[in-house]
Amino acid sequence: MQIVLDYYNYWACILIMMIGFYGIMAKSNLVKKVISLAIFQTGILVFYISTGKIDGGTGPVRVAEGAAEAVYSNPLPHALMLTAIVVGVSTMAVALAIIVNIRQAYGTIDELDIETMEHERGE
Amino acid sequence: MELIRHNLPALIVVTPLVMGLLTSIIGRRGLGWWMAMGTTAAGLAMSVQLLVDVLSQGDRTLEYLMGNWPVPFGIGYSVDPLNATVLLIVSLLSAVITLYARKSVASEVPAGKLNFFYALWLFCITGLLGITITGDAFNLYVLLEISSLSTYTLVALGKDRNRRALTSAVNYLVLGSIGACFYLVGVAYLYMATGSLNIADIAERLQPIYASWGTDEPVYQKTVITGFAFMAVGLSLKLALFPLHGWLPNAYTYAPSSVSALLASTATKVGAYAFIRVIFTLVGVGFAFGRLHTDVALMVCSGAAILVGSWLAIRQTNVKKLLAYSSIAQIGYIALGFALANRDGITASVIHLFNHALTKGGMFLALGIVMYRVGGTRLSDLRGLGRKLPITMGAFTAGGLGLIGVPLTSGFISKWYLVSACLERGRYELAGVVLVGSVLALVYVWRVVETIYFGKREDEVTVREAPASMLVPTLILVGASIYFGVDSSFTTHIAGEAADFLLKVKP
Amino acid sequence: MTTPEQLAMLALGVPLIGFVLVAMSGRVPNVREAFTLLTALVTFACVAGLYPAVMRGEEVRFALLEVMPGVPLSFRVEPLGMVYALVATLLWIPNSLYSIGYMRANHEKNQTRFYACYPLAIASAVGIAFADNIFTMFVFYEMLTLSTFPLVTHKGTSDAMRSGRVYLGILLTTSVCFQLFAVLWIYVLSMGDTPAVESINFTVGGVFRDGLASNRIDPGIIGLLFFLYIYGIGKAALMPVHRWLPAAMVAPTPVSAFLHAVAVVKGGVFCVIKVSVYVFGVGTMQQYGLGNWLLYVAGATIIIASLIAAFQDNLKKRLAYSTISQLSYVVMATALLTPLSIMAATFHIVAHAFGKITLFFAAGSVYTASHKTQVSQLDGIGRRMPATMAAFTIGALSMIGVPPLVGFVSKWWLISSVIERGTLSGVDFSEGFVLAVIGASTLLNASYFLPIIYRAFFRPLADDDLKHPHGEAPMPMVYALSFTAALTVLFFFWHKPALDLAELVRRAAL
Repeated sequence: MQIVLDYYNYWACILIMMIGFYGIMAKSNLVKKVISLAIFQTGILVFYISTGKIDGGTGPVRVAEGAAEAVYSNPLPHALMLTAIVVGVSTMAVALAIIVNIRQAYGTIDELDIETMEHERGE
Repeated sequence: MELIRHNLPALIVVTPLVMGLLTSIIGRRGLGWWMAMGTTAAGLAMSVQLLVDVLSQGDRTLEYLMGNWPVPFGIGYSVDPLNATVLLIVSLLSAVITLYARKSVASEVPAGKLNFFYALWLFCITGLLGITITGDAFNLYVLLEISSLSTYTLVALGKDRNRRALTSAVNYLVLGSIGACFYLVGVAYLYMATGSLNIADIAERLQPIYASWGTDEPVYQKTVITGFAFMAVGLSLKLALFPLHGWLPNAYTYAPSSVSALLASTATKVGAYAFIRVIFTLVGVGFAFGRLHTDVALMVCSGAAILVGSWLAIRQTNVKKLLAYSSIAQIGYIALGFALANRDGITASVIHLFNHALTKGGMFLALGIVMYRVGGTRLSDLRGLGRKLPITMGAFTAGGLGLIGVPLTSGFISKWYLVSACLERGRYELAGVVLVGSVLALVYVWRVVETIYFGKREDEVTVREAPASMLVPTLILVGASIYFGVDSSFTTHIAGEAADFLLKVKP
Repeated sequence: MTTPEQLAMLALGVPLIGFVLVAMSGRVPNVREAFTLLTALVTFACVAGLYPAVMRGEEVRFALLEVMPGVPLSFRVEPLGMVYALVATLLWIPNSLYSIGYMRANHEKNQTRFYACYPLAIASAVGIAFADNIFTMFVFYEMLTLSTFPLVTHKGTSDAMRSGRVYLGILLTTSVCFQLFAVLWIYVLSMGDTPAVESINFTVGGVFRDGLASNRIDPGIIGLLFFLYIYGIGKAALMPVHRWLPAAMVAPTPVSAFLHAVAVVKGGVFCVIKVSVYVFGVGTMQQYGLGNWLLYVAGATIIIASLIAAFQDNLKKRLAYSTISQLSYVVMATALLTPLSIMAATFHIVAHAFGKITLFFAAGSVYTASHKTQVSQLDGIGRRMPATMAAFTIGALSMIGVPPLVGFVSKWWLISSVIERGTLSGVDFSEGFVLAVIGASTLLNASYFLPIIYRAFFRPLADDDLKHPHGEAPMPMVYALSFTAALTVLFFFWHKPALDLAELVRRAAL
């Protein structure tokens, strides 16, 4: 029990990631698949951010001149995750663009339907 | 000149990036290809210069600081014999394939989208070169995604020929993103343990951590192990190491011909490079192989890749897919080489990175000519083409002999070193697997060769030999693959340098 | 005046030039075939020109290029290689003549491809003969397999393709899985500061002596390497990897005659002798008893192949199985592991080549003139084709070992070597076994060759045949087979050059 409570932030991240992972594996609707991928990536974002947190730390903003040394959270993971968010959004955009094309080509966005169609064509 | 030379490590990545942006804006009609061609040719020149420079250094490394920020605060690019070699592979192959791409792409991609095609093409090359040269673990992730995102789109552009390209692209996108995310999680764990993102810096900070594990108070043991595990799985996915190869066959098969060639000859090679970098430089071979015995897992996976990949290749009726499955087997050879972790093994790995890029690139280009002239790459499309496309099919056959590893082709050199490495380590069963893999390669190559030369065509269509702009690049690649099988002094020299560097043998 | 080194290089290079010339002159058959004959003559002249240098014991060696660091393509002319190179290049001359007659009379297609592949095969054969290290031998061994594949599948029918697959499948699988494995193993053992193996070069006395003397290598490993080598040389057609040889009979007869009675199969047994003498060393193998199993396998192959031959009705198939059994004579002689037996093995390469090429030539002539392929169709054919069948008789009697034919000489040396072995190391079961095998196989040879001769000369023509009159095959073919038949007789009386070379091989094996 102790290990769950001590690392509750990690468990939360793992939970989010696994929800996403499940969706990627189990959903045959491509849009749902992509949404699951986004959830998976969000889990990682949260994970990174939580590693930078320090108990009692404030935001990494420079306090007034002469004030006592402030304890603040590590800002680097935040910066990294900004980049990762951009990557995630781009991935999403590419994925959705391809899915639009799939819809035009097949008339469906369900992976199983597509497989059946291709199978019938003998591919 | 001195300014350019000093900034080469940055320029080699920045040039295609900027040119890619420009291409998407002004590269309409024929201009896009010219811009891509110029950029990749410049990239080739730069990577040759870098290789020469790095081999003339005493410690065989070149450091470059982005914006002069000192590492670990800024992003550092570092060049050593290993990644200089991979840079050469990527830029050489991309230049030759770009030369080829003009007519092939024009016939497979709508004219209105050509500027975007070449923009993505350049972005993809940017990413691949960046992954290779960067010395920063997070920067590697970003560049990985740049190359992957452009690759997904490039694959999807095969849709006008076969709509399967779309589903393959989406499948590749999902699996590729998972791979990249796993790598990202791995970086997070190592960052937690070391507080650094610079590869060399992490490696240095891991030493006291490893040292503490033997004592009563081990620090960050689980963190480091978990981080490495995530990275290894993520990179295996990118590298398409069996059994994580699912995305590869369809993506290679349905992509436009030039894209298949580029992917097959560079993308997986860069994945393999990243894996080698993580194992040998980042976490260290003593940890990855000595403590965790990842080498055993790698040997099992690569042995299975060789056998299963070759076996599946035998059963294919689409020649492009056959080559794709053969690539899975060849990735097995590469992974097996560095899993053995001795000098001959790493040499074999690096040589095979080079040789396989040439051979498989050349074969995909030859198939692209078939696509261009005949309109399909199924086995039945190739029937009797030996008389109609003698030069193309000759090149394909020569490449096929290289895949089998017939003496005096480059594939033989790779296998020679690889089997020697297995025998040195006393892994006789793996040596046997490699040799059996050659026999299986013989079967799948010979099926195609027989069809080409002895198959009878029902339809007596007139097929002309390909235009010179497509033939010349194909012959360059296949010719090089033969040349490096007859005189391997160049490849064995640079691969030996890379192996010595990784094993920290002083030059 | 050319030096011996230059001559040896020419022997390798001339066929390659011939290949280019033949391939380029495809449009004009007369020119193409003139180039073929010319190449054959010049190549033989080059090889024959090396003979005095070899007899003087000169060192003739050169390296072409370093394929990998420490692994060059290098060549050295030594007596054993000379025997094989001389036989292969000498018999290429009548074979070219024969091919011209055969290919024209049978209106074969793709003749340029046919004539172009020959010089490549010869160049590979010369490469095998002159190879100085196990890597070079392997390279040319594979080249020989690949360059003969288009010849085997020449007809392009589905039957030919299937046989081609068997041919390539067996030869490449054995060479890659076994021979290359052994080559690499020896290579790995030869590296390091205190290597267990001296080098990958062919060395008189073998490369394992130092390693064994200082206990750096286990004799068991040498035995395993020997096994890998013997089965890695699929061209020697030792059972059970003999299936490719009957399969290759689908090829046009000149190919069967020359490649699958001379160049390819002799290349196989040549490699067996070469590695036994120059890699493993006769003394080493004798000391640790590494060759004993081979004696029995080869003996069994001789008997079984002869039995199968006796039941084949197809003439070429019967000759193919006879070849398998004769090849194992060479292997068995090698496995006796006495200097004299190595000499007998070397000599048998020559003796069998002359006889067997004559037999195949005759079979091809019969096919060309009468389109008969089965033994049972040959009644009375000797009256219509007296020259061909006379040559066949000479070849067959030489196979059986009847004097005054060259087959008798090699059998003589073989039996002498058995006796030598008996006096050297005491008589045991193996000597008796070998003598029994020789006796039994002689009887079997007689049982499957003599009926053919009897049919041809003493049985009347079948009624069917009387309606289709035919004479001898075209003259080039008759000249060719008369020439080789004459060699078979002549060599009984005058075999000094071959024997001198074999004598030098014997000394190397001491």
